[in-house]
Amino acid sequence: MNMIVLAQEGEHAVNPLLPHLVEIILSLIVFGLLYFAVRKWVVPNFEKTFAERTKAIEGGLNAAETKQAEADKRLEELNQQLSEARHEAARIREDAREQGAAIVAEMRDQAQAESTRIVEHAHTQIEAERQQAVTSLRAEVGTLATSLAGRIVGESLDDDARQSRVVERFLADLETQEQQPASGNGAPR
Amino acid sequence: MSLVPNAVMTFASPAKGEGFTPPSPEDFNLPPVGPSSSFELFGQTWALGVTKPILQLLLAAGVVFVFFYASSRQRAMVPSKLQYVGEAGYGFVRNSLGRDVIGSEHFMRFVPYLFALFFFILLNNLFSTIPFIQFPTFSRSGMVYGLAALSWVIYNAVGIQKHGFGGYLKLQTMPPGVPKPMLIILIPLEFLSNILVRPFTLALRLFANMFAGHLLLILFALGGEYLLLEGDALVKPVGVLTWLLFIAISFLELLVQFLQAFIFVILSALYISSAVADEH
Repeated sequence: MNMIVLAQEGEHAVNPLLPHLVEIILSLIVFGLLYFAVRKWVVPNFEKTFAERTKAIEGGLNAAETKQAEADKRLEELNQQLSEARHEAARIREDAREQGAAIVAEMRDQAQAESTRIVEHAHTQIEAERQQAVTSLRAEVGTLATSLAGRIVGESLDDDARQSRVVERFLADLETQEQQPASGNGAPR
Repeated sequence: MSLVPNAVMTFASPAKGEGFTPPSPEDFNLPPVGPSSSFELFGQTWALGVTKPILQLLLAAGVVFVFFYASSRQRAMVPSKLQYVGEAGYGFVRNSLGRDVIGSEHFMRFVPYLFALFFFILLNNLFSTIPFIQFPTFSRSGMVYGLAALSWVIYNAVGIQKHGFGGYLKLQTMPPGVPKPMLIILIPLEFLSNILVRPFTLALRLFANMFAGHLLLILFALGGEYLLLEGDALVKPVGVLTWLLFIAISFLELLVQFLQAFIFVILSALYISSAVADEH
């Protein structure tokens, strides 16, 4: 206050650098009040808002990351399943082809066997029929030849035992004659 | 608090028609607003009353608090316009003046101080331009001295709190890596510049800018008016030019008002940061 009074003594020479003590005190009080009010009611609110916002954004980012990871995993799984399915399909196709080939081969074998069997059967039948024919032919030829020979030599060859012995011998001769030039093809057994 | 003693300057108001009276420092001694009484003390006439700068100081504190309280109260995740503006202002001081200067370790302690200080000074400076107020509160030197003294007390106090009295003095006056004989010169110099001069430069920078800016504006406003009213016909256009310049300078002053608030706060933050620094 002294300084103000001093300044006043020189009437018009007011020095603006010289303060009023009241103004110093007042500015400190007003600013002090503002400071405490701001510290108590404004700054914590802003800080809380900032912190919450940061947390919310971070939370959102984390959630998005988790979702992304999950989606990636799911995609991986699906891809794997798809490739497995493709493998499976290829395997099944391969199997089917093999099976088909096997079936065809089996069928061919069966048919072969069947045909062989049929041919065999036919042969057997033919052989049997031929045997039968030979047997009946032999009997008939024997009878015929005997009666013819009997008629020619006049000798009765009615005696059955002799007759059949003669025929047998004749036929045996015949067979040996046949076997000697040919290698016994169609030879009766 | 409503009544304060205030010295009334007994200067003569400029008389019309007696030639142009340039504005002087007396123009900053405003008479009390509203009812006032006066008394005699030490042979002087003292007024008891509330002056305009005092009202502005209160108004600024009230507006700053109400605005930021209203904008911070909602605490919405998606801010409204009001909240957004409040957050932008708060975030500006918090991050560019607080965190970037003091460092992310200790800055949070000082954010309320820097935040309140910045917007308090800014609004008081802007009062210089706001119509019908048009007086910078801090062209009253006493108002600035208080804030500068507070800033000085704070940075020295946190320095002493952190390093102890001796450690703090050593930190502020003995730059590391200086040869011993040089310290004899350096210690007084550093003490002078870091401890003694800082509050004065801090205060004078703000006060002088506000004072000179307002003086300049008064000069252009009154000068233009005088030229238009009293000047000859040929001089009158110069009065118009003067008023145009007045408008241009008003915009320049807006920039200065912001800059000075910014500088005051960033320097306070720098002083704090140098006081709490671990090394030089």
